[in-house]
Amino acid sequence: MTTVDRPVLQKKDFKTDQDVRWCPGCGDYAILNAVQGAFAKLGKQLHETVVISGIGCSSRFPYYMETFGFHTIHGRAPAIATGVKVSNPELDVWVVTGDGDAMSIGGNHFIHAMRRNVGLKILMFNNRIYGLTKGQFSPTSEAGKITKSSPLGSVDYPFSPIALTLGAGGTFIARGVDILGPHLEDLVCQASGHKGTALIEIYQNCNIFNDGAYKGFTDKDVRDDRILYLQHGQPLLFGANKDKGIAFDAGFRPFLVSGADLGKAFVWDETSDTPAPAMALATMSEAEFPVPIGVFRRRDKPNFESRVQAQVAAAKEKKQESLKDLLYAGEIWDVG
Amino acid sequence: MDQATSSATAHKGVQELDQVVIRFAGDSGDGMQLTGDQFTRTTALMGNDIATFPDFPAEIRAPAGTLPGVSAFQLRFSSFDIHTPGDAPDVLVAMNPAALKVHIKELKKDGILLLNTGSFGALDLKKAKYDADPRSDGSLDGWRVIEVDLEARTKEALANSPLDARAKGRCKNMYALGILYWMFHRDMEPTMKAIAKKFAKKPDIVDANLTAMKAGHAYAETTEVFQTAYEVAPAPMRAGTYRNIMGNQALCLGLVAASKKAGLQIFLGSYPITPASDILHQLSGYKHHGVITFQAEDEIAAVASAIGASYAGCLGVTSTSGPGLALKAEALGLAVMAELPLVVLNVQRAGPSTGMPTKTQQADLLQAMYGRNGESPCVVLAASTPSDAFETAFEAVRIAVTHMVPVVVLSDGYVANGSEPWLLPDVDALPAIDVKFAPEGKPDEKFLPYQRNPKTLARPWAKPGTKGLQHRIGGLEKQDVTGNISYDPANHQHMIDTRAAKVAKVADDLPPLQPIGAMTGDVLVIGWGSTRGAITAATLRLQKAGHAISCVFLRHLNPLPNDLLALMRGFSKVALPELNCGQLAMMLRARYLVDVQSISQVNGQPFKSQELEDRLLAVLKDTKGEAKQ
Repeated sequence: MTTVDRPVLQKKDFKTDQDVRWCPGCGDYAILNAVQGAFAKLGKQLHETVVISGIGCSSRFPYYMETFGFHTIHGRAPAIATGVKVSNPELDVWVVTGDGDAMSIGGNHFIHAMRRNVGLKILMFNNRIYGLTKGQFSPTSEAGKITKSSPLGSVDYPFSPIALTLGAGGTFIARGVDILGPHLEDLVCQASGHKGTALIEIYQNCNIFNDGAYKGFTDKDVRDDRILYLQHGQPLLFGANKDKGIAFDAGFRPFLVSGADLGKAFVWDETSDTPAPAMALATMSEAEFPVPIGVFRRRDKPNFESRVQAQVAAAKEKKQESLKDLLYAGEIWDVG
Repeated sequence: MDQATSSATAHKGVQELDQVVIRFAGDSGDGMQLTGDQFTRTTALMGNDIATFPDFPAEIRAPAGTLPGVSAFQLRFSSFDIHTPGDAPDVLVAMNPAALKVHIKELKKDGILLLNTGSFGALDLKKAKYDADPRSDGSLDGWRVIEVDLEARTKEALANSPLDARAKGRCKNMYALGILYWMFHRDMEPTMKAIAKKFAKKPDIVDANLTAMKAGHAYAETTEVFQTAYEVAPAPMRAGTYRNIMGNQALCLGLVAASKKAGLQIFLGSYPITPASDILHQLSGYKHHGVITFQAEDEIAAVASAIGASYAGCLGVTSTSGPGLALKAEALGLAVMAELPLVVLNVQRAGPSTGMPTKTQQADLLQAMYGRNGESPCVVLAASTPSDAFETAFEAVRIAVTHMVPVVVLSDGYVANGSEPWLLPDVDALPAIDVKFAPEGKPDEKFLPYQRNPKTLARPWAKPGTKGLQHRIGGLEKQDVTGNISYDPANHQHMIDTRAAKVAKVADDLPPLQPIGAMTGDVLVIGWGSTRGAITAATLRLQKAGHAISCVFLRHLNPLPNDLLALMRGFSKVALPELNCGQLAMMLRARYLVDVQSISQVNGQPFKSQELEDRLLAVLKDTKGEAKQ
């Protein structure tokens, strides 16, 4: 419903007059498009929305959004966004970050935002490479990766951002892919409705420094067999005919099922009170199993800013004190 | 005067003194800070001027009875206006051999040493690394030693208390306090009230503490050991209402007062660090004044969240000490670039690195001035006394929000934990701080986030959530007026110049400098921060001795006051005592080409006013010598 106060905006209304300066063919364009589409669909208002980023290719994002935007410093976007959200919980605060910005230099702020459950929506573009500094391995690059800073192959092991977020107590954790636009747009809509911290890890292709990183499961001809769409309340099935599934043994090790055993496929519950199934999916081998996308976890939990504001409100209710009473407190005495 | 003291005067002598310096020293578990604090409150209420200096170990609980575990509290009270907690004590209370060993060398000749002999067993002596008992080897000759077995006396006094032996033993500091209250004619009433309030839910503890204190008082009154009581008349203080205040407390109150006058909500982002943590504690207790406190995951998140809060329209504040300021450097640069208000409280401590966290130093000035990448000017202020910290915090807020600039406030361990009587301000007379957020934008008119106020060069404070003000800012260089990213060389030069000019313009509103002494003479002493007390005391004594010396204190270190150069030119020499290797001296020499003489001390301790006087005298003599040539 459009009113004078809350006009319904189109996707184009979220675009700015600035030239978009990502490399031609970069996955970031598709993500920008999906986010602008979701924002229009959700009836968001420009002045109520704040997009905060760190440093990296993805962090240019705020310049292309006709909302409030703050392009900050490397890794610190969740901390700055926390200050914004706690100061004014009415604002719709989005953080745009990358695998280097969020997982490496800003790892501490990322996990503590999750732990506190601040009402931030974090879009983490994961291209498994450092793009802006022109091609070094990142904390999500596969072991052995040959880059400019690892000519003999990286000896670092990567971590799974989803598993990390599960461990940090994240309450909305999802994964999307740049080229699966409508799916991503839907995830953005779901994240937007979440009251606590929401993470969407977005697999994003860097066509300059890590081209084809996700080709093995996102190419059209393999996609059906290699992507597992997580759907709440539905069994974990994949394949063009949904004739393959994933089940867990007693030790929560995943295994493939098909044929007569298809009924054993695990029924996905993103609200489960244990993170164990989500952790099993987040850490299963990409080579042996399909890659899960969709919502890994969604739990309701009071958010940080409302708990902070509630304490302030309760304290004000309990004790009214003038500035004079505050200063003239304790033992005071008069002279003259 | 209460009845106990008036009866005491009946059979014992009373000596009038104009000032006394007392140092309480004991194990960190002996309650020395509490004892000193109680004496301070009582003395303030009795109308004396007072200054205090706590000196506690870094360890929370070093092994009991050892040298590193010694905690001390020095206070000086007087019948005249004083500026420092004094150099050497007249009275030393030593609760154990370790306290004796650490502090005895500073006790004045003929000074009174009150010794707790209950803690002088062989093991106590060994822990303090004494080979022989100092009571019997002549090493205490030259002091007036009063031996009291505080352990045994306290135990006797508490014979009827239901507390266990350990808890009774903890009351021995109150027994000692009772003795001192008798010696210095202090009223026991304020302490009785304070203890009753502090332990309101534990009546047995209240009884035991008060019984011990009264017993100590009675003991001093009746035994022959104490022959004389001392009287220090009230000091002539300016008329008004007073309370005792510590520097960290005053910073917090200054922030709250300024936030009310500006109509802003405080958001403090902070990470615990000695000696600044009390700021986080204190502001966490002011939620009823709308204060939001955020204990961040690290120093960087602390400043970053405060920047976010300022961006959203709160008064963003972060508090820290030197190592934390180093971690905040990059974010401070962002605040400079984004031109957002921010108050950074840096309670300096002895560095470099972890240094000596509980000891004082003023060596973060250059860090505050220049410790960032690029040309990144911040406003820098310094608080010089506990009560001055209130005004400095207030001033920091005024500058931050009216000039849209980060302000670093330098305090230090000495100001933070020292206390003094504070003449409370008239709340209604505190100036209003004018904050104007950018109004709603007009349709089809693009908001210009760097359209500046022509007088201050401040950009508009545009709160997210306000219609029509959508804009993008960040750490990348931006075009003036529009705020769009710009790599244009001329624009970058212009923005560098503009950010510097914006900070420089802060000096336009400053009141004239007010030196103590004449506007011209032989030597001008310039001070900043916590050296104020020692410099004032030394300068006044030199003036009294007939020297043409004046002193002036700078609250504003960046920008410097516009009238500073003219003032310096009125003197043959300029001396600058500071607790670093000459940082402000270097700044002034570089800026003004004036031959500023640095008087430096970096030992973790404040200047002793006597030593400072000697060093200033040397500068004065030098001046005279040059004049004769």
